[in-house]
Amino acid sequence: MSWEVVIGLEIHAQLATRSKLFSGAAVTFGAIPNTHATLVDLGMPGALPVLNESALKMAVQFGVAIDAEIKQHSVFTRKNYFYPDLPKGYQTSQMDEPIVGQGYVDIQLDHSRCKRIGVTRAHLEEDAGKSLHENFTGMTGIDLNRSSTPLLEIVSEPDMRSAAEAVAYMRKIHSIVTTLGICDGNMAEGSMRCDANVSIRPVGAVKLGTRTELKNINSFRFVERAIMLEAERQINLLEAGGVVVQETRLYDSEHNTTRSMRSKEEANDYRYFPCPDLLPVHIDDDYIANIRAQLPELPDQRCQRFIDVYGLSEYDASVLSANRSMADYFEVVQRCCNDPKASANWIMGELTKYLNEHHIDIADAPISAPQLGQLLKRIADNTIHGNAAKILFEALWHSDDDVDKIIVNKGLKQLSDVGAIETMVDEVISTHVDQVQQYILAPAPRRDRMLGFFVGRVMQASKGAANPSQVNKLLLQKLNRLN
Amino acid sequence: MSIPTLSQIAHGLSTGHFSSEEITCDLLADIVAKDKQYNSFITITKTLALVQARAADQRRSQGRAAPLTGVPIAHKDIFCTRGIRTSCASRMLDNFVPPYESTVSQRLLDAGSVCLGKTNLDEFAMGSSNETSYYGVVNNPWDLDAVPGGSSGGSTVAVAAGLVPGATGTDTGGSIRQPASFCGVTGIKPTYGRVSRFGIIAYASSLDQAGPIARTAEDVALMLNVMAGFDQQDSTSVDRAVDDYCAQLEQPLKGLKIGLPKEYFGPGLDDGVAQCILSAVQDYERLGAQILDISLSKLPLSIAAYYVIASAEASSNLSRYDGVRYGYRCDQPTGLLDMYCRSRAEGFGTEVKRRIMVGTYALSEGYFDAYYRKAQCIRRLIKNEFEHALAQVDVIMGPVTPTPAFNQGSKTVNPVGMYLEDIYTLSANLAGIPAMSVPAGFVSGRPVGLQIMGNYFAEAQLLQIAHQYQKVTDWHLQIPPHSSQECA
Amino acid sequence: MTLVDTDIKKIAHLARLQISQNELIDYVNSLGSILALVDHMQQVNTDDVEPLANPLDQHQRLRVDQVTTVNQHDEFMALAPVSDAGLYLVPKVIE
Repeated sequence: MSWEVVIGLEIHAQLATRSKLFSGAAVTFGAIPNTHATLVDLGMPGALPVLNESALKMAVQFGVAIDAEIKQHSVFTRKNYFYPDLPKGYQTSQMDEPIVGQGYVDIQLDHSRCKRIGVTRAHLEEDAGKSLHENFTGMTGIDLNRSSTPLLEIVSEPDMRSAAEAVAYMRKIHSIVTTLGICDGNMAEGSMRCDANVSIRPVGAVKLGTRTELKNINSFRFVERAIMLEAERQINLLEAGGVVVQETRLYDSEHNTTRSMRSKEEANDYRYFPCPDLLPVHIDDDYIANIRAQLPELPDQRCQRFIDVYGLSEYDASVLSANRSMADYFEVVQRCCNDPKASANWIMGELTKYLNEHHIDIADAPISAPQLGQLLKRIADNTIHGNAAKILFEALWHSDDDVDKIIVNKGLKQLSDVGAIETMVDEVISTHVDQVQQYILAPAPRRDRMLGFFVGRVMQASKGAANPSQVNKLLLQKLNRLN
Repeated sequence: MSIPTLSQIAHGLSTGHFSSEEITCDLLADIVAKDKQYNSFITITKTLALVQARAADQRRSQGRAAPLTGVPIAHKDIFCTRGIRTSCASRMLDNFVPPYESTVSQRLLDAGSVCLGKTNLDEFAMGSSNETSYYGVVNNPWDLDAVPGGSSGGSTVAVAAGLVPGATGTDTGGSIRQPASFCGVTGIKPTYGRVSRFGIIAYASSLDQAGPIARTAEDVALMLNVMAGFDQQDSTSVDRAVDDYCAQLEQPLKGLKIGLPKEYFGPGLDDGVAQCILSAVQDYERLGAQILDISLSKLPLSIAAYYVIASAEASSNLSRYDGVRYGYRCDQPTGLLDMYCRSRAEGFGTEVKRRIMVGTYALSEGYFDAYYRKAQCIRRLIKNEFEHALAQVDVIMGPVTPTPAFNQGSKTVNPVGMYLEDIYTLSANLAGIPAMSVPAGFVSGRPVGLQIMGNYFAEAQLLQIAHQYQKVTDWHLQIPPHSSQECA
Repeated sequence: MTLVDTDIKKIAHLARLQISQNELIDYVNSLGSILALVDHMQQVNTDDVEPLANPLDQHQRLRVDQVTTVNQHDEFMALAPVSDAGLYLVPKVIE
């Protein structure tokens, strides 16, 4: 039997506010434990929450960006359960009346296909603290700095049919929230994490299979792997005559497996009810219209502009526009060198290769966009050639020096003086008599390959500065004359 | 023999008859000498009080005195007070010293008042008799066998016994008015949202409201002037200008329309109490008021709606007491679950646990609609009925309780019997309207309170109505047989 | 609505309250009578009634997104029953 995987994602995006959702404590990462937790975040007796206006605005921005219905009336609900990192004994969230209703995003599947994924809803909620399971004399330590940090939970429809689609969807949401500036998108720090609901069904079946929920996945790579693993596990289970149990599972990236979290399952009765310390949130048409009017250019719009204005291919445009930092970087490079295609190639090629090798985000790239732009400009005006450009790129990666200064210091400037190159060519020919002899005797097809040897020697002699096409031309002329 | 009122003490301070340090010393000595028989204080803040009193005297000598500067008061031990143990009368918070101050106590501090201590209450304000406190039962100065009412029983007893001229209270379902009635003092529950709830240990968030307790309406007005006002830290606080509650006290009542809901005078109401209330109503007629019969037919439903909403909110509000960050933790927990279950079982008393259980049940899967949602719908009906009635009359009057103070231990066996005692006070909390209790007579030596309920934000009018009555009656000036002697 | 032992045990677990056998019997009775009292509500038709969550029907006010607190870590930590290295400690949580 062939199976179809059905996936829905719940993405938690930490909103980039200064203070917390319900308190004036700073939102931080990696601070000394419990130093950014105030009365409200610690659930002290008599503490009361007041809603952060930025968090509300950001939620609405997101809703508008995915063309969703924005609810003028929304309600905060308490989700009651006991857990040491949940100080009040309840999480303040939105249940029946979320701020953002039904919307959608389009994802690019490959070079030509596009798919629309439904977003069921997005709602505001507070994050919990962190449990640290390192050994504190056999106890668990609780850090509540993260308590009450604002999250936007974005719930998709079960519209995805492969791990790749799920990743594409998640990347799209990532690019939207980072473009809007409502989330820093830093997955390593947990600013964006997701739960995946995975089920399988026979191809053609209408009814959905029993789903499992994979909790707290914090990278694109892990989303893909976890979903593939889980789908495989379910298929093996069903094909062996077993049944899928509805449960919460944890993806273990170290061992690349998923395992059941039964402890979280027992007696789930969250006793939801509207939070009596917070009142219904009301926003009017003007508020929404204002946000709509101030929305920045979104990834889809930018992608189209890259195609229309810069003449990029659909694929290049979609890759560059998928990440706000990358798109910004591209536009700066492009403006410097006025060569969109070369800019795209260098960013998606050499730069991305270096960034991946060093695990650096493009926003923190050691080579600034103006530097890369200047580099491309020097290629275009024939100051340097391809090889020297790569040496220059490497140098720029390690230093903040000016592009032109490095070109001078490293002697990368292309040698175009025919006389000087000719001298070097003559020198190489006269000192490699044997090789010249072999070249002359060789048949024409083999000569092409043998030419490379001489080119290499001349380039060496010029310390890489000679214009390779000029070297080629001169060598051919002179060797063929010896014939 | 008389007990000075808060206004008289304020006057004595302003005319230099005595200093704040003198009156503070006198009252502290009284508390130490006499409170053993009442148990109205959980904590006496002697050292702090003297520091505050001296500061108040200095402020006065510099010509910077405010109306309450140097006036001694006490706080119900539900208001978080920085550096002072705030127990909520629970073992759970027996060792809890908050590093922050409630808005109400901060405002009173800023006004220069002197805090003598923290008064006893029913544990987490859950109770109508002050018998559920971890620190023991509070005794009614009118009859030491009688309950003082609850939950603000410590505050009303301290005021009635003359240990302090004014005290703060909170009222979730009658917790200011009922003990005020049982102890023969004056207290007001303001409109929901008029006084900040920040720093007040929550019982039921949508019902809780703080208010002042003192001997006279004028005293209460002086305190409310300081306590009321918008607070950024409380989302349910109302951003609206505060009236001067003293300004309209002296205005006559001619033309005032008073509604008497027939449901407040039905079966279950003690004859003696009914006579006191009707007699008070006659006094109002003599003062120029017009009496109209009205109906509040939803009254019987208020008990059900109240106990569902209050218990549900309490079950969630009290989840934070888990033994992790503060408060009681059981000895030697065998694991996380054991720590939770034993810390909470040992830290909370019987009535608190009962209400947590009721609330947990009411919110549990499958019951939310039948209980919590239903109760909120009924709450709307009750509010609508009040709005309708208050469109016809200015205020509504009736008894605060069906009977005068009952004997200790007489109602602890049957919780439902105790809940039924609250029938006249619950609906004001459900609707959010202001309501007060004013001394209006005695039945067998135990005080009876008249309840006055008004429209949203009509506190000034309620206080005026109470004050005009107190000008022609002296119920509020009666002195309990077991009270302190003249002390100023 | 009558409650039985298993209901009480389930509620007590949700509320994280340890209860003894004696308390169990007491809860069956007292909760039963409270629920009987509360069941009066069911006689009222509220089909067209909007639930009232807040007596004033007000809307949520918003707070300017500013950091307004000072670090009171030491004061708060002093209240903790068990702590170490600035962390609250609890019996080991098993996931």
